[in-house]
Amino acid sequence: MARELKYADKATQQMLKIAEAENIPTVWDRWEAMQPQCGFGTLGLCCRHCSMGPCRIDPFGDGPKTGVCGANADTIAARHLARMIAAGAAAHSDHGRDIAHTLLLVGENPNSDYTVKSMEKLKAVAEVYGIKPDGKEPRALALEVAKATLNDFGQQTGTVRMAETAPAARQKLWKELGIYPRAVDREIVEIMHRTHIGVDAEYKNVIKQGLRASLGDGWGGSMIGTELSDAIFGSPNPLKTRANLGILKKDMVNLVVHGHEPTLSDVIAIVSQDQDLLEKAKKVGAKGIQLGGICCTANEIMMRHGIPLAGSYMQQELAIMTGVVDMMVVDVQCIWPGLENTAKHYHTKLVTTSPKAKMPGFEHIEFEEDRAVEIAKQIIATAIENYPNRNGKQTVIPDVTQGAIGGFTTETVFQFLGGKYRSTYRPLNDAIIAGRIRGLGGVVGCSNPNVEFEEGHLTIVKELLKNDVLVASTGCNSITCAKHGLMTPEAAFQHAGKGLQEVCQAVGIPPVLHMGACVDNSRILRVLASVVAEGGLGDDISDLPGAGAAPEWMSEKAVSIGFYFVASGVYTVIGKPLPVVGAPGLYKYLTDEIEQEVGGKWAFEEDPIEAAHLMLRHIDRKRKALKLKPMMYPQPFKPEE
Amino acid sequence: MSSKITVTIEKCVGCHTCELACAIEHSQAKDIERMVLAGEQPGYRIHVETYGPRSIPISCQHCEEAACVLACPTGAVSRLAPGKPVLVDEERCIGCSMCVQACPFGVMAMSPTGKSAFKCDLCVSRLAQGLKPACVSSCPTRALHLEEEGPANREKRRIAVARLAQAQEAGEQEQVAQRHEQGAQRRESLAGG
Repeated sequence: MARELKYADKATQQMLKIAEAENIPTVWDRWEAMQPQCGFGTLGLCCRHCSMGPCRIDPFGDGPKTGVCGANADTIAARHLARMIAAGAAAHSDHGRDIAHTLLLVGENPNSDYTVKSMEKLKAVAEVYGIKPDGKEPRALALEVAKATLNDFGQQTGTVRMAETAPAARQKLWKELGIYPRAVDREIVEIMHRTHIGVDAEYKNVIKQGLRASLGDGWGGSMIGTELSDAIFGSPNPLKTRANLGILKKDMVNLVVHGHEPTLSDVIAIVSQDQDLLEKAKKVGAKGIQLGGICCTANEIMMRHGIPLAGSYMQQELAIMTGVVDMMVVDVQCIWPGLENTAKHYHTKLVTTSPKAKMPGFEHIEFEEDRAVEIAKQIIATAIENYPNRNGKQTVIPDVTQGAIGGFTTETVFQFLGGKYRSTYRPLNDAIIAGRIRGLGGVVGCSNPNVEFEEGHLTIVKELLKNDVLVASTGCNSITCAKHGLMTPEAAFQHAGKGLQEVCQAVGIPPVLHMGACVDNSRILRVLASVVAEGGLGDDISDLPGAGAAPEWMSEKAVSIGFYFVASGVYTVIGKPLPVVGAPGLYKYLTDEIEQEVGGKWAFEEDPIEAAHLMLRHIDRKRKALKLKPMMYPQPFKPEE
Repeated sequence: MSSKITVTIEKCVGCHTCELACAIEHSQAKDIERMVLAGEQPGYRIHVETYGPRSIPISCQHCEEAACVLACPTGAVSRLAPGKPVLVDEERCIGCSMCVQACPFGVMAMSPTGKSAFKCDLCVSRLAQGLKPACVSSCPTRALHLEEEGPANREKRRIAVARLAQAQEAGEQEQVAQRHEQGAQRRESLAGG
């Protein structure tokens, strides 16, 4: 207890004091109790894939150097890592599949609560799949597109059609390397096959399949999730929002949505201002209904409705400790079973909604898409009924919120830059070519109690901005950036270098662009593909002066994301290493040799300033290779040549 | 009286975490990933050995009449005072490995560099900070303990005494019950007669 989080936002710091005073353990306490964590697992040296084991490799002594089957450290670590990719790709892609199913429902059921909100987006997806949209009414086109995208998951022949949105040179490379994804599900299944006892033991070959499955995620499952969510729920446009726990209201029914898929949360966002429900809320003495989001569901409904961001992944328990959350409704991914213990101290009702994710101590109200509005109303009504149970107990809402602009997409960035009537990436490419912008940075991903909370995210982002790097952000990094005021147009004047400032000022954007949930990293892929297509910066993503980072990563989804960026040609820096440090061959391959094959590679760097400098050095190397002009304005970080 | 690392055998699951914690504690980097990346090989001063289904961590017992101390020709293996841990002075050690031969537990070894004797130092630097040895702190099932003979024995005696007392009480209660039953039977037979 009594942990001081030096870099955390003020609301988190305040809530941690409450946790200590009330003696309610948090994720940081549970992490502390878990120390020291298993060294074999940290190094990637344990294997539980068959029952001749469990096996472990001795990193220091004269103990075993292979498992019972003879697999060495490289094989064991590669197999485990591939399974992490499989789990991450499965999570994202299953989310994508659910969205495609919702679109199918739109097509099949004329009475569905869902409709096509962005015909423009649906047409764009149709074109990728070779479907002619001319003259088709929305539901008919929805049906065709849904069937075509669902095919990408389970087809037995051909390749993932959505991946054809990648630059031609990249697609050619994937085909040459034999890593072009054939079907989203198939690549995941093949990882499970290859990592079974006695199958693939050549570590580079195991990783090759990992790359393939991750590409099926990024350029397949995730991208389908993003694109179809835009078609169904509306393509986001930049809008104002607020972030942090201070958005909760003492005299309103506070309903916090937490998880990932927009299917339920979007409907909740729409029906929460339903007149009947507002009446109900008034009857129990509340002034209205306040929605707030945690984790990526927050990003989804913020992007489309401006619903405020209550907090990031690490704040899920802290939200409950305010004592004013009448319900936390969850779907899938990144939800802690530990919430049960937090909620025991308060009146907060915890509700699971997905048949895939039930939790002890949570009430289960199963969400069915064909009764979406009805169930959303039932959930909100249950939250309202719980409002009187606060019983005047002491509540603490930190008086901390921060304004932010969110809702940037591949298309809106484009419109901002070129204007609505001549949307183009030209000004962005020109700004990079002219040396006004040094390069593009993607800073994304989770937070993790194993590093100083928010230090990595904020330090890297600020160091990049200072050096004229335009930053795209997704997932929990974007919530952190929003909370700390980096997503306002004014932030450019405070943090950005002169060149980036000029660009932000000219087009009126924040220096850090909120591009959505973690599934929306596919938007960053599409931005990179668009920049390549615009011309003047090489033929492939690996030619671009850009780099990515996930400084506080923790989930298997983050592993899959990192791999699809690397496989797309992006230099990807994470804080704590992947669990491969005990496997010397694999370590060298991922952080060095793999660049020869795919143009991208991994770097592990826990010092955030050094991590940002690694990214800048890479950006400079790419600028040099493209023979771009020197930077227009002096740069604080000048790498020694 | 000296403190000893003791083990609750039935709690050890054979995970070898104590070995890694020992290596990390005696490294330069103090972090397992950095150690591997730097190529450090600090070696283990505690070993998990198995006997049938049992696994048992074993390290230096810091014997009072230590064979290693007696065998050392240079005084490199020594203890500051009775009850203190047996330590190796690497500067004085000539690497003759007489101590390795002398140790009856097989826990005295030559260091991975081969230059000096190498053994459990009871994490004296951690003890000085009020911490427990790294192996004890790291054990996920709390099978390892740092115990002083006095309090540890007192605790064992207390448990033994409690067991005895409970047996005694249980026996007394049984006797009382038997007497009651016998009395009742006698009354019945008298009444019947």
